[in-house]
This record gives sequence, structure tokens and C-alpha cells, in this order.
Amino acid sequence: MTADLMVRVRGLSKTFVLHHQNGARLPVLDCVDLDVQRGECVVLHGPSGAGKSTLLRSLYANYRIQHGSVEIHHAGKWVNLADAAPRELLAVRAQTVGYVSQFLRVIPRVPALELVAQPLLGAGVARRDAESRAGALLARLNVPAKLWSLPPATFSGGEQQRVNIARGFISRFPVLLLDEPTAALDSANRAVVADMIDDARREGAAIVGIFHDDEVRSRVATRLHPLAALPEAA
Amino acid sequence: MATASTSAPEFASAPLLRVNAVTRLYGERTGCRDVSFDLHQGEVLAIAGESGSGKTTLLNCIAGRSRPTAGTVEYNLRHEGLRDIYRLSEARLRLLARTDWGFVHQNPRDGLRIDVSAGANVGERLMAIGDRHYGRIRDTTEDWMHRVELDTSRIDDAPATFSGGMQQRLQIARNLVTHPRLMFMDEPTASLDVSVQARLLDLLRGLASELGLAAIVVTHDLAVARLLAHRLLIMKSGQVVESGLTDQVLDDPQHPYTQLLVSSVLQA
Repeated sequence: MTADLMVRVRGLSKTFVLHHQNGARLPVLDCVDLDVQRGECVVLHGPSGAGKSTLLRSLYANYRIQHGSVEIHHAGKWVNLADAAPRELLAVRAQTVGYVSQFLRVIPRVPALELVAQPLLGAGVARRDAESRAGALLARLNVPAKLWSLPPATFSGGEQQRVNIARGFISRFPVLLLDEPTAALDSANRAVVADMIDDARREGAAIVGIFHDDEVRSRVATRLHPLAALPEAA
Repeated sequence: MATASTSAPEFASAPLLRVNAVTRLYGERTGCRDVSFDLHQGEVLAIAGESGSGKTTLLNCIAGRSRPTAGTVEYNLRHEGLRDIYRLSEARLRLLARTDWGFVHQNPRDGLRIDVSAGANVGERLMAIGDRHYGRIRDTTEDWMHRVELDTSRIDDAPATFSGGMQQRLQIARNLVTHPRLMFMDEPTASLDVSVQARLLDLLRGLASELGLAAIVVTHDLAVARLLAHRLLIMKSGQVVESGLTDQVLDDPQHPYTQLLVSSVLQA
């Protein structure tokens, strides 16, 4: 069973200190433990402000880990994001952990197809193969082929989100973090994304996600991980 | 969130560059103080902070252009390993600077010879390392002009007749032609119009990942750091107050000064 464990969080606590608002302290996570195995889709569940995004971002080392540990099973060993060197973190992100945010960070001049193919190109996949997989994903997500050669800056919110999802799923990461990937989508495209999440899980990905849409949540979750808002510190 | 880090830097056991407790004083005044970091092959590091924070002083110390008052700068020489660059002979350091390193100045006029042809500006670096074959130099020069999206029919024109964006791209071609492993860039986009900036940034980003370049980019523009750099150092009053992966520093800033910088950026 431990061979399937991919994410191991122990005693994770996080307090934001806002130095320019009189040093206000906002405790968000208090001693969180979480295990995620291959083939699981754990949905973080709790009210707004309970720290769902903070926990998810901590699993990507986007937010710094103040107390406790976040270990990722990467390249055959455990890497603790709390004390890993920058280049170790970059390697974990390149090979093991993918993050799909709500919003696409558009890069000037880079067309949609290229944006989606980039993670594979960076990993040394031949351009033809990378572009054909990128095209297949964009087609599955109903992004019209006439848009593929355009930079997504002018796309609608839903189109940008689908480009972002394609980019996040193309690498088949062993660990996949999903921050409301369906927020701006219509029901048909929500269903496509839910299918893609199921497929990735069946192929053995360990998935952690935030979904506000009840239908998608109950559809993709194998387990809920409850989080409660913390009382504000004085 | 991590646009620059889709391709992870190559793993090599020893760093390409090791900056160890570098301090540069100007009399009583501090240029930079006690700065240390390692840089590996393929890593792009940005140094940000407001004017006068010591960014350019630090860059010049690291790039062999200004001897630190204290501390060492070690570079991983091919076949020799890490060596203190300020203990190399002047000739050796100069050769290193024009072959294995590149330096892109904020003002392209500081990095180009403005009245000799564009082609000569690029070819010069090849001749400096001993290439004497005119046809080959010209072919290589055209190839690099093409890669930085310059019209090769302008090869015989002087850069004085180029726009600022074209001059900056020519400066980059001039630096890359010797296949350096490490590039230093001092506010490479600051002197350009916004529309031209985006093009240059995209070009730099593509070239850095394609060539596996390591780079140190000084910028006051956090968006430039976000787009180009894997890692970010924030400087204030000559000292590094915060460092980490670029998205960590920008999305979860810890130091009061970093929080102020991040919250001061205008959203377009």
C-alpha cells in the first residue's frame, strides 16, 4: 500500500503575516495531515477561507511551508518540499506534480497549441508528437481548431481555461493538483473535464482538487478531505 | 503559475556559478553586502529591487567587471571545475567573458559598436575566438540574425540605423554567437516600448530553454521576472532580503519589502 502513496502531508501549518496591515496574522492551516495514493481523487472540502487553495498551493511549493512537511514521491524517493533546493522543486514540478489553476497565464505571442505542447517539448518529446497530443487534447476539450494557432490572450474565459486544462493534463503527471478547473465551463465541457479526471485517476494519478460545483465534485471525488476555517488570531 | 519553469534545468552535480558572501563597498557606502547563491546549468535567476538597491553592482561583481571588496565568485570552468574568477589572469577572464559568457546591457549602445555593420558586430565575437573563415562567419551571423528575428538583408547596415528593439536583438545575437553557457542581462527590456518588450521577452525565454542557458537577469519589473526566471532574489539597500522560486516569492512574499513591492504592481 505504501508503494502507492504519492503525497504525504504531516503537521502542515500556515499563518500569513501582512506586514503592511499592522502585522496582521491570518492563521489558515493548523496541523494538517493528508495522504494521497495513486488512483485516488481527494477533494478538499470546506467553506470559503478554510484554506483549500492554501493547502493545494503548498503541495506545489507555490506557498512556502512554514511548519510541518509536504513530501512528494518523486523519481523513486521522497522529497520534502519544505527543505528541498530550488532545482529539486523545479524537477518535481517538471516530472511529478502538475498544477492546473483557474486562470491561464497568457504568454505574449505564444499560440494555444504551442502553449499546450510546451511541457512535453520541455521534457524532450519530439515536436510532431507533442503537437499531435496537444491537438488531440484541445479537440477533446472542444477548442475550435481555428484557434489553435492564435495566442489565447483574446480567447473567452472558458476557452482560456480549457487551454490551461489541456496544458495541465498533457504530461500525465503522477500527481495532479486541480484548483477549480471547471469554474468557467458550460455543462458539456464540465463533463469532458470530469471524464479526463477519471481517466487520469484510472491510469494511476494521485489527484487532489478543489471543486465548488456539487455535481462535478460528487462525480470525480473518491474521498472528501474536510477543512474548517480557523478562528482569527488576535 | 510557473510559466518559466516548464522545462527543468539540467542536473549537474556542481553548480555553474557559486557566489559566496560577495560584498562591494564604495568607500563608506554599500553597493551590495554578503550575497551568496549557487546557479546551475539551465537556471535563470532574476534579481529585482528598486533603483539603488545594489542589483547592478552585484551583477557587475559576478560578471567579472568589478572586483568585490570581500567574498568570492567561482565559475565552473570546462575541465577545471570551480575557480575564483578574480584569481584568473586578466587575459583569461577577458576570454571567458567573450566566449563562455554574454553580457546584455540595458542600453544596446553600450553593448554594440554602433557605427560598424550589424554583421561585423556579430562576427567580431567569432573572430575574437579565432575564426578567420569569412564565408562561415557570414553564414553564422545570418543564422543568428534570423534566430533573433532580424531581417538578414540588413546585415551590412550599421545598428545606428536600427530601432531600439532591433538593436537589443542584435546585441543578444552578438552575445549568443559563441554559444555561451551563462548570460548576464541588465534590464534587457527596460529601454523598449511595451509591445517590443513582449516580443523580446518571448524570444529570450525561448532561446534560454532551447539552448539550456543559465542567466542572471537584473530587472525592476516583476512581470519580467515572472516570465523569464526560475528563481528570484529581492534586494533592498544592498542586501538580499528574500529569495526562492519566482512564483513563491511573488505569490507568497514573506519580507515586508517584498510584500510592498508585490502589492505595488499595477494590474493592467
